[in-house]
Amino acid sequence: MFDTALTWNDLAFLAQGAAMTLAVTAVSVTIGTVLGILFGVLRVQLGAIWSAPLTFVLDVFRSVPLLIQLVLGNALQSIAKLGWAPFTTSCVVLSLYTAAYCSEIIRGGIGAVPATTRRAARSLGMTWWQDMRYIVAPLATRVSLPAWIGLTLGVMKDSALVLWLGLIELLRASQILVTRLQEPLFILLICGVIYFVISFPIARLGGYLERRWSPND
Amino acid sequence: MIEIKDVRKSFSTLEVLKGINLTVNKGEVVTIIGGSGSGKSTLLTCINGLEPINAGQITIDGTVVHAKDTDLNKLRRKVGIVFQQWNAFPHLTVLENVMLAPRKVLGLAKEKAEEIAVKQLTHVGLAEKLNVYPNRMSGGQQQRMAIARALAMSPEYMLFDEVTSALDPMLVGEVLDTLKMLAEEGMTMICVTHEMAFARDVSDRVAFFHHGVMAEIGTPDQLFGAPQHPDTQAFLASVR
Repeated sequence: MFDTALTWNDLAFLAQGAAMTLAVTAVSVTIGTVLGILFGVLRVQLGAIWSAPLTFVLDVFRSVPLLIQLVLGNALQSIAKLGWAPFTTSCVVLSLYTAAYCSEIIRGGIGAVPATTRRAARSLGMTWWQDMRYIVAPLATRVSLPAWIGLTLGVMKDSALVLWLGLIELLRASQILVTRLQEPLFILLICGVIYFVISFPIARLGGYLERRWSPND
Repeated sequence: MIEIKDVRKSFSTLEVLKGINLTVNKGEVVTIIGGSGSGKSTLLTCINGLEPINAGQITIDGTVVHAKDTDLNKLRRKVGIVFQQWNAFPHLTVLENVMLAPRKVLGLAKEKAEEIAVKQLTHVGLAEKLNVYPNRMSGGQQQRMAIARALAMSPEYMLFDEVTSALDPMLVGEVLDTLKMLAEEGMTMICVTHEMAFARDVSDRVAFFHHGVMAEIGTPDQLFGAPQHPDTQAFLASVR
């Protein structure tokens, strides 16, 4: 192809970075989604007024730039002498950030289930929980899925910011190589390709599920 | 027996039921007619506790519907309701729609629930549609599915809330035939309807609601043949 100083070892270094990106994303999206569902359901159940304090906190997490949240989070855990590793701090901050967006998605999904359909379920003697489990959850999932896939892909790329806490994820690994090898375009190209390779299956999974469900809606 | 005693119901400042008294005996078919906003649909949703009431009392076989300690989920097992909008569960097949409540609410085994569902769906003429999703069926078919879904709980009472109002005129007949069949089988039914011919045919008694009041009640012959109340006369003249 053309001359490069990039070695197999360097590629392995990038792969390690990608593994870190994946780990941070997987942990944060999992915890963030569980919390997001919890907060979303809570907000629907409590109504706008009673859930106002929760909504306010979540709005803060949605509006303050993630970089500032990470730096502040790290400072706070240091002041509180929690002794968290950068990985833990990163996951905690990213999870809350994800939960804030996810609760909004879930709230919209639940709101999209017609009240009359839920009323029909309750009139058959189903409890609130049965209505949630068998009617609302499947229908809200279909509505929420595209936005949730988007959120996951977004968090994966936003997770690059954890490099500010000293974690060597994909982007930081690329930066280190760029500094050493002075081949920014080539290395960033590879970095971009790796981001694409890990994002693509998630995007396709979303498309697959949408196609599988759509004929019934 | 369903006993409705002096029931009052308001939506904020608007009083939609102004003291309704009505007793429906086992095996009886009572239809409620009246103009829009007369409170007839609201009464049905109060009977199975979907809506709270402001005053009065509704009792079903001795159970006070709106008492604090009444288990509404349990009560609703014996009071089926079908709405104007058929409200199919769109993510489930027709068979699954009907099987869901018997399985989860009554706790029946899958085989037993399926047996009941197939029987009820066959009863309403949907034996060919078991594995179809609701959106692939006409409104009339979906409404008959909703009837089968309610019947699968083996209710003792059935409430029908304008079940043909959202249907194309061509599909009204098949749903009304299903209701007639149920009435002939001895099901206790309260039907809110705009179909006067149907009300005349199947009812033991017909009630006329006007502005939240039950203006008149009697046998079909009395009510349609010789209405006493001026509002009933005006209403019947307007729908003829």
